Amino acid sequence: MSTQELMAELARRIPAERLLQRPAQLAPYESDALTAFRSRPLAVVLAETQEDVIQTVRLCHRYSVPFVARGSGTSLSGGSLPVPDGILIALNKLNRILRIDIDTRVAVVEPGVVNLDVSRAVAAQGLYYAPDPSSQLICTIGGNVAFNSGGAHCLKYGMTANHVLGIKAVLPDGEVVQLGGNSLESVGPDLTGFFVGSEGLFGIALEITLRLLPKPERYRTVLAAYSSLAAAGNAVAQVVASGLLPGAMEIMDALAIEAAEAAVHAGYPRDAAALLIVELEGEEIQVEAEFAHLLQVIESSGPDEVRVAVDDADRARIWKGRKSAFSAVGRLSPDYIVQDGVVPRSRLGEALATIERLSRKHELRVANVFHAGDGNLHPLILYDGRVAGELERAEVLAGEIIAMCIELGGSITGEHGVGMEKRQHMPAMFAETDLEVMATLRRGLDPAELANRGKMFPGSEAPALHSRGPHPLEQQGIISRE
Amino acid sequence: MQKQAESILLTPESNDDVQEILRTHERLHVRGGGTKTALCRPADGAAILATSGLSDILEYEPGEFTFTARAGTPLREIEAALAEHGQYLPFDPPLVERGATLGGTIAAGLSGSGRQRYGGVRDFLIGVRFVDGQGQLVRGGGKVVKNAAGFDLPKLMIGSVGRLGVIVEASFKVFPRPQQYGTVCCAHTTIRAALEQVARLNRSAFDIEALDIAVEDGRPVTYVRQGGLASTLGARQEALRNWLGSGDILGASEDAAIWQQAGDFAWLPPGAALVKIPVTLNSIPLLDEFLAAANVERRYIAAGNLAWVSWPHDLAELDAQLTQRELGGLVVLGETAWPFLGARTGASVAARVKAVLDPHNRLPAL
Repeated sequence: MSTQELMAELARRIPAERLLQRPAQLAPYESDALTAFRSRPLAVVLAETQEDVIQTVRLCHRYSVPFVARGSGTSLSGGSLPVPDGILIALNKLNRILRIDIDTRVAVVEPGVVNLDVSRAVAAQGLYYAPDPSSQLICTIGGNVAFNSGGAHCLKYGMTANHVLGIKAVLPDGEVVQLGGNSLESVGPDLTGFFVGSEGLFGIALEITLRLLPKPERYRTVLAAYSSLAAAGNAVAQVVASGLLPGAMEIMDALAIEAAEAAVHAGYPRDAAALLIVELEGEEIQVEAEFAHLLQVIESSGPDEVRVAVDDADRARIWKGRKSAFSAVGRLSPDYIVQDGVVPRSRLGEALATIERLSRKHELRVANVFHAGDGNLHPLILYDGRVAGELERAEVLAGEIIAMCIELGGSITGEHGVGMEKRQHMPAMFAETDLEVMATLRRGLDPAELANRGKMFPGSEAPALHSRGPHPLEQQGIISRE
Repeated sequence: MQKQAESILLTPESNDDVQEILRTHERLHVRGGGTKTALCRPADGAAILATSGLSDILEYEPGEFTFTARAGTPLREIEAALAEHGQYLPFDPPLVERGATLGGTIAAGLSGSGRQRYGGVRDFLIGVRFVDGQGQLVRGGGKVVKNAAGFDLPKLMIGSVGRLGVIVEASFKVFPRPQQYGTVCCAHTTIRAALEQVARLNRSAFDIEALDIAVEDGRPVTYVRQGGLASTLGARQEALRNWLGSGDILGASEDAAIWQQAGDFAWLPPGAALVKIPVTLNSIPLLDEFLAAANVERRYIAAGNLAWVSWPHDLAELDAQLTQRELGGLVVLGETAWPFLGARTGASVAARVKAVLDPHNRLPAL
């Protein structure tokens, strides 16, 4: 059998302590942050070198065994769910920062480097890496690249794709390629940009060249409380229309505020129906002038309360509350689904009203935490998996929210990716020809469909168990949500 | 150009027309506004598909800061529509006044000096419709500013030079335009001194709209553009000049003229080819040594990320020099049968993509 031969070959190349095969060793890798899906790989390779990855991919190709790459397993779309009886290539240990060039503002890193560690490595030189997913304390650059991750600060400088200049990758058939380079500019099709967000279907990034930005001289952060979600949504439209270009613009609703307060005591006004966070950044003299303008716009939007961050600690507290909101919601409900969809910014109010209506219709609570500035919604649908029928209702509600996003001219995902979760929604967003061309492009790079098989495309295989509950790493005590 | 007169000229007016043309013609060459002459020259026997009949702004809601337009729409028209609402294309496309189109700019993958602040054309294109080499109408991306659904097909169109498909429609995000601009310029005695100043600015927290090094009569001059609220710009310019230690502050009208000329390549000597060469601050010194010896006009833009080079000599010579330095180039203006110079990365991936999107090679080779 080919899998036995593959395992024998792998065992010759990978030391036993880095080639996991026993059920107890595999358990932590059976799922990612989309805990609805679970499946057991044949083995896990803990790669330490680029050569480990290349050799493993080449062997998988030779024996026609599917493989999945995994960073920290924080994918909310099930993007790093193992293929049953396939190989899982864990990249956490492939985590060297290979080169930092301050003069040209570039860092070259391996895929297992943790997002925040890039910013930490260049902080003393006054630079940072801009994309900031809420999971940036643990999520890896390789995973960010595969899923074109976003974050709260994407409004001004874009998502991961906008910060990746070059990629060295191993294609699913084992060929090693260099895409792009060290320059912000390129000639010929933007293959680097094409690779970013391909959800692991084009192979595995081994070295990633990142663009760094200078840390702004000044941040100014304001928090405004409103008596309705619609009022907060309208304030966003007013800020956008004012000609200001904030670095971030976020909204949280009452449930999310309650959860964040309980978890990290961010000091949010507890009785607000909605909270708007707006942050400006840049040269001090310019930001101060813009901030005065911003406060006028916000005052005219009818807030109940306005608080300005007085110092860095205050600002950090505001962001800590926002970034902990997803996991904090776990305190309010035994189970929840994190949804991710996009609507045109001018239709935010409408979208929020629809979500409220759907929440009442299905008798399930929905907490809203979202990147308002770019119309990226994150409704968190709360349910109790032990109550018969609640999971099914929650899934129907999640699907209806996605249908609304498409109806309003938006997208089925802003930053979590399609993965396992949104496969069935792809035909609603794209025409048959679009999907067929994407599938043909995929086969052009991976004729045997070995890389991350079962993700992104509708109707793919990859069976999975259906269950809910804490993240498997959490169960193991390896990660915690606070 | 004699050969173009001999080519059949096709002017589709609808996406259906474009699909029909791709299905019924063996060899085609796409042309937008025709401003990028080196990219508009068909091989013998290829028909020209002109996008001039595909011109219209389809959707523009100022409050949304996005627009969708057909590929043949002149950028001049788009910029005018955006300007009415205080918005602009932050990637600062070149050749606007000469008649460049939206589709041509995407296909050529060109951004101007203003890309320094927020990014290039790749960073602002959010959705695209194109007709592939088999006549299929394909859509990728969307019309919202954030979208992670499906492969990023819009990125494939950036820099594809009409060789992977015919772009028929594109959606972009845009930004509010700074109220006012100003520029500080500094003359240097050597290119190294100019590069050191750019590196120093890269290590600083100044918000800079454009950062170019122009080599004028053999002397490097840095142009540092700032933009923002009119009320604070003067003070910011003073602060910048003090930090730099020297330099002349140019006022609004002088500033506008300088950057307009940069975008139109007014410095390019007549008859010379214009070549785009992606570079870094580290690769410029060696390249510049060769260019200085060849006595050609050149300009390094976006903090040393892109060289615009005028080349009046045989392009084969430049091609060899670039290959040796592991740099790539694209001939944008001039006459050449093959616009790609020097080293290429990702050639095998590009070939695989080409085989999928244009399996019968109806469009030129990539």
